[in-house]
Amino acid sequence: MSLSSNDIERIAHLARIAVTPSDVHDVEAKLTGIFRLIEEMRAVDTQGVAPMTHGLDMTLALRPDAVTEPDRREALLANAPASEAGHFLVPKVIE
Amino acid sequence: MSAAGIPRGWEVVIGLETHVQLTTRSKIFSGASTAFGAAPNTQVAFVDAALPGTLPVMNRGAVERAIRFGLAIGANVRRRSIMARKNYFYPDLPKGYQISQYEAPIVEGGAITFTLADGTTKAVRLVRAHLEEDAGKSVHDLVPNVSGVDLNRAGTPLLEIVTEPCLASAEEAVAYARALHGLVRWLDICDGNLQEGSFRCDVNVSVRRAGEAKLGTRREIKNLNSFRFIEQAIAAEVRWQIAELEDGRPIVQATVLFDPASGETRAMRSKEEAMDYRYFPDPDLPPLVVTEAEVEAMRAALPELPEAKRLRYVTELGLPAYDAAQLVTDRAMAEYFEAVLAAGAEAKPAANWLLGEVAAALNCEEKSIEACPVTPAQLAGLLARISDGTISHKIGKTVFEALWQGEAASADAVIEARGLEQITDAGAIEKIVDEVLARSATQIADYRAGKEKALMSIVGQVMKASGGKANPQQVNEIIRRRLANGG
Repeated sequence: MSLSSNDIERIAHLARIAVTPSDVHDVEAKLTGIFRLIEEMRAVDTQGVAPMTHGLDMTLALRPDAVTEPDRREALLANAPASEAGHFLVPKVIE
Repeated sequence: MSAAGIPRGWEVVIGLETHVQLTTRSKIFSGASTAFGAAPNTQVAFVDAALPGTLPVMNRGAVERAIRFGLAIGANVRRRSIMARKNYFYPDLPKGYQISQYEAPIVEGGAITFTLADGTTKAVRLVRAHLEEDAGKSVHDLVPNVSGVDLNRAGTPLLEIVTEPCLASAEEAVAYARALHGLVRWLDICDGNLQEGSFRCDVNVSVRRAGEAKLGTRREIKNLNSFRFIEQAIAAEVRWQIAELEDGRPIVQATVLFDPASGETRAMRSKEEAMDYRYFPDPDLPPLVVTEAEVEAMRAALPELPEAKRLRYVTELGLPAYDAAQLVTDRAMAEYFEAVLAAGAEAKPAANWLLGEVAAALNCEEKSIEACPVTPAQLAGLLARISDGTISHKIGKTVFEALWQGEAASADAVIEARGLEQITDAGAIEKIVDEVLARSATQIADYRAGKEKALMSIVGQVMKASGGKANPQQVNEIIRRRLANGG
């Protein structure tokens, strides 16, 4: 599988990563290398092997449904670039 | 136009995706509270705010509610399901992805039966129901040119329930949504509060020429939180799509919003590119495994379901299909109904009163059946006095009103205190009839001239003179006899 520079721009946009036009070629080469690795793995015969979705052979831990967290608003908002009236402030996002 | 408001020659195909907020006390991946209405950002754990180094831990209560739903609709409950990341950027989604389920959801398939106004029933097939977390809330009027973000809702557990595209009208879509709403409340997995956003529907609508096999291009109406809006939005969208196609303009797949003020749907600003969520299994969360024993214990603990009750009410109690369906829209209503029967009432009058007088009175005071001031035993006592002829149906309403106001402890006490017992003594009724006839020469002449209506007027006069207490049938008979005798 090979990637076009259009693919690179689209993937970068979806990931909100700034890739300048001069970087596109370099990123394309690196990503194509990763895809080559994936192609190699795809060549392995996995007939009859259940697809693995997680790296560790364990199952999801469940916790009881109980409220254990205190109000941490002060600490959380102290971390934000801007806040007002108990809200995080962000650039206007309304459609 | 057909009965459903769809022009001849067209077919409508609708599918619903409903976000049902689960009734857990804490969030799906953190111990923060899910209580509604708290001050902004006071119910946010570090996990909900996506602080680096924090890890989500699944809430058992959310998993159990999803399984209960799956069992209730006859679906396949996956013993092993996978949590996935749905990637997109929005300020109210701090992680940059929503934890959801994609390839292996916990609930697959199943069906929900609903009843239409004419009493016919239809089953909707479900594709899936999956667990996911809700996003936070953006506030746009807090500060000019800036948006505020409140993360209290971030991480609230949701079950997203997806139907096949198999509904054929707005009426069917609403009937399904109501049945689903009734079921999730019945199962006690969602509080069903529409105003607070506990039950939100996205509706996919497409139209096609009748007989066409291929589905038309759909548009998705987002975030409808009332049954009336679902109905209005679908009607508006269907009208719009048919008009476009008839004018030769193809439908473009889009997400639209319904504006209740104008009654129209309008496309959200079209995205420059189609959404690509790049789902993949969440490495923070290994597979969700539930054991056979856990599933079977939950199956055994399920209450009798609305559909089973509905069928039983029709077959064992002989109720009309629509009445039976109405009684099972709400578990508390069905329980009240059964308590009235247990107190000795017959099914049909009990159903009539519940769906008539009781429902109207509850509506009027915006009360739920749980808060009904008239107890099932009191209602049964009242019905007994109507069925044994002590009082008429009409006086029954007066007695009901008195019980509602807490005037007395039982129907018998109200009847006694107010002297409402029906007059069935023929002599007493004849006396009143004669008095009324003596001053009704015109009506008598009209009646003799063949005007049946004149008789009703005389009956009305007699009933009025008796304070509503005379037995109406007896009154009718006595007047006819008197007039036939030339009296």
